[in-house]
Amino acid sequence: MKTKTVKNIRVIVDKCNGCRACEVICSAFHAQPRYSSNNPDRSRIRVIHEPLRNIFVPIYAGEYTPAECAGRNTYTIDGKDYDECAFCRAACPSRGLFKEPDSGLPLSCDMCESDPTLTKPKCVEWCLNDALIYETREEPVLEDEVGRQQELQQGLAALVDKHGMKDLLDIVARMSSRD
Amino acid sequence: MRFAETGFNLEVDLSRGNIERVETDPKLTELHLGGLGTNAKILWDRVPPEVEPFSPENLLIFGTGLLAGTSAPGANRTIVSSVSPQTRLFGYSMMGGFWAPELKHAGYDKVVIRGKSSKLVYLWIHNDKVEIRDAEHLRGKGAVETSELIKQELKEPKAQVAAIGLAGENRVFFASIEQGRSSCSRLGLGAVMGDKGLKAIVVRGTKDVNVAKPLEFLEQCSGILNYIKYREERPIPGVMPILQGLGSPQEMLHVDEEWHTTNFMWGNSRTRRRDFWSKDIEEKWTGTQETARKRLISCSNCPMQCGAVISMPGQATYMMKCFSKLTYTMAAYSDLDFGFRIAQRATEYGIDGFSGPQVMAFGLELLEAGILTDADFEGMPEDNEGKFYWLLDRIVRREGIGDILADGTHWAAQRIGKGADAFAHNNIKKHEQLPLKLGMLNPVYFLMYCTGEKANITQIEGQFPQAPFPTKEEREEFNKDWIQVPDEKFKQYLMDWEFRGENSNPYYPTAEMSCDIVDWQETMHYIDDALGICAGLSSFPLKPPYHIHNYPKIISAATGMDLDEEGLKEIVRRNRNLLRAFNNRLGMTRQDERPPENHWKKRFPELEEQLLMTYYKFKGWNANGVPTTETLESLGLGYVAEDLNARGISTADDSAAAAQELVGAAS
Ligand code: SF4
Ligand code: SF4
Ligand code: SF4
Repeated sequence: MKTKTVKNIRVIVDKCNGCRACEVICSAFHAQPRYSSNNPDRSRIRVIHEPLRNIFVPIYAGEYTPAECAGRNTYTIDGKDYDECAFCRAACPSRGLFKEPDSGLPLSCDMCESDPTLTKPKCVEWCLNDALIYETREEPVLEDEVGRQQELQQGLAALVDKHGMKDLLDIVARMSSRD
Repeated sequence: MRFAETGFNLEVDLSRGNIERVETDPKLTELHLGGLGTNAKILWDRVPPEVEPFSPENLLIFGTGLLAGTSAPGANRTIVSSVSPQTRLFGYSMMGGFWAPELKHAGYDKVVIRGKSSKLVYLWIHNDKVEIRDAEHLRGKGAVETSELIKQELKEPKAQVAAIGLAGENRVFFASIEQGRSSCSRLGLGAVMGDKGLKAIVVRGTKDVNVAKPLEFLEQCSGILNYIKYREERPIPGVMPILQGLGSPQEMLHVDEEWHTTNFMWGNSRTRRRDFWSKDIEEKWTGTQETARKRLISCSNCPMQCGAVISMPGQATYMMKCFSKLTYTMAAYSDLDFGFRIAQRATEYGIDGFSGPQVMAFGLELLEAGILTDADFEGMPEDNEGKFYWLLDRIVRREGIGDILADGTHWAAQRIGKGADAFAHNNIKKHEQLPLKLGMLNPVYFLMYCTGEKANITQIEGQFPQAPFPTKEEREEFNKDWIQVPDEKFKQYLMDWEFRGENSNPYYPTAEMSCDIVDWQETMHYIDDALGICAGLSSFPLKPPYHIHNYPKIISAATGMDLDEEGLKEIVRRNRNLLRAFNNRLGMTRQDERPPENHWKKRFPELEEQLLMTYYKFKGWNANGVPTTETLESLGLGYVAEDLNARGISTADDSAAAAQELVGAAS
């Protein structure tokens, strides 16, 4: 069976001391040329840092999203309220987080992909307090064609659920006649 | 392009409401690096000795260290400099936290404040946009509270704020500048800020800080991190726990306070309580600390965790650093619960945790001695803790007796008279010291206490062990991986240093050796203070990651400057002499360079004179502690010599006259 490597960074929030070394080194690593400058605002990890509420949460930049969410969530953990969007990883129009400060282009964590490959992502290496732990695991992948078919079927089933088979067929017919 | 530094200072005139962004001369970086060095240069050039601490002409400089904002671990210091209202000499105090890197990212190396605002204001620096904003609605607010309110009002949760509390507003001579995790506490710089009508400086920056040789620099920084890991795994054996590791003394981590509570003095630095610590107390204090401490926290880009988020039931949360944990407790003969509670209020008011508690204990001693009377303390509660809260409130508001005590023990004693000055017994250069009284004179510490320009032992000591190791084996063990020594001779000094006999205190280390040791320790602090590296990773602990051998490479890689060890030492000498000359110009002489009279029980006047004179000579200073013309000229400070001479401050190395003076002083 085929497998793929899944890279994961475990964030142990309780161990974060808010030093922001992860931000410093991530921005240096992604500078052009490498390490030539620092700017935490270009970092792909940001630490939500509210010491007086004892909130220290490192968040990784995820995917860019063109539109903000329709609804929001507030989390309460250990009696502390985390603001709306606090744990969200998206570079989203509703906020400035995870965007290049000058161009506004979205940032996303690339796990420090580089050639040669690093043994550990930079933020993990620089977090001496072990709040960030790098892990990899192998996950099985389905054989290509079978996997693709299954995925498609799942996706279509969801659309049928939402819109009904009739609408879906109509639209497929309209789309194919346009080709 | 400028590397490591931004090349721009912000000049703010509060009298006129004028703000200018001024490009700095890159030559000054080569001559003085940055931080304390360039602060001293600006003060020398622009603040003549006639300027009163509380006058519009006095400058208040917030200078970032040269490496702040780069990847260098622990490069987070802001060095604030001015003329101190308490010592009336060069005042500098440093804070860690996150403010200095933020200012660099906003595009500035320093903020230089002059003038005075007629109403209370704060300064808001957001990259290129800088404004002076009204702060009247923040008058009387706590320093921590102010910082939260400003961040809300600006909708800038990521901004960094340095603010004063009530003590600064009311020009208490030991008022601090608070920055959440850290503070500039010593020498009353918060009072200068208050005098200028400046409640806070708020910064947010999103620009790059560049380094000249990225790969070399990164390699050096990684080396520092690796060495921190190496040291964390190897605590130094044979020294007390707080000296074993790196960082500031790990007061927030450790709960065992036997050493401090039985060796440091209680009250107005008076009583040693050798039997204080017990199982019961240990249990109770451990409980207090573990309940209060929510998390250990760091400064920017540093893996050590010297501070803590502290939350006492029923009180607002605050952040504490280091030894203020015990200063109130011990001044009031109280317990840790009281210490954490009053420190919360004192942090909001913004006062120095060293001077503050001693001033209060001093006031109560004067009452007990009948020098002050019940009338002076009308309304003061009966209970011990209550007295301290009451005094704290009076002091920061300058009400009644509080107005006198707010000037610190030295000036308060002058105002009170009636022999009160005998109670202001723990000062150097009018500044309250650690509550420590010892037996046998230690020649190295004698020199550091006398000549440290910051009048604070922790800002000059480090590197060399405080006491000999008992056995030869332990000394050899210590020497084995002592890579930080500038010269192998220091290992020999340590090998030969004994507890008893010929090679022990006070005559060993000899005067010459003591000069070497002090000079090394001081050199490391001056480098740190120019670069903005925390002393906790460099000049303060034994065997730190930064040292004289890797510093030149780190600075070269960051700035592109061509620098070797000798070059770096020369910069340190230049900065050191400039600071000293500034103080000489303000009237500081040999008479001011004395430890508290009762610091050691066993004193040796002749030896002490010999130590001081040998050190002055070693430093290239005359018998009055003034750098000689020759010394100044060799460092490119001829203009300083000229100024001193024109003012009739002798810079001549007249050894015969010095000897004469010595005899005169002794008789
Ligand atoms: S480096 Fe680690 S401890 Fe520091 S802020 Fe990042 S996650 Fe927290
Ligand atoms: S894994 Fe690499 S890219 Fe992602 S946040 Fe960490 S340092 Fe940045
Ligand atoms: S060693 Fe401690 S005080 Fe120094 S920068 Fe690190 S956390 Fe801050």
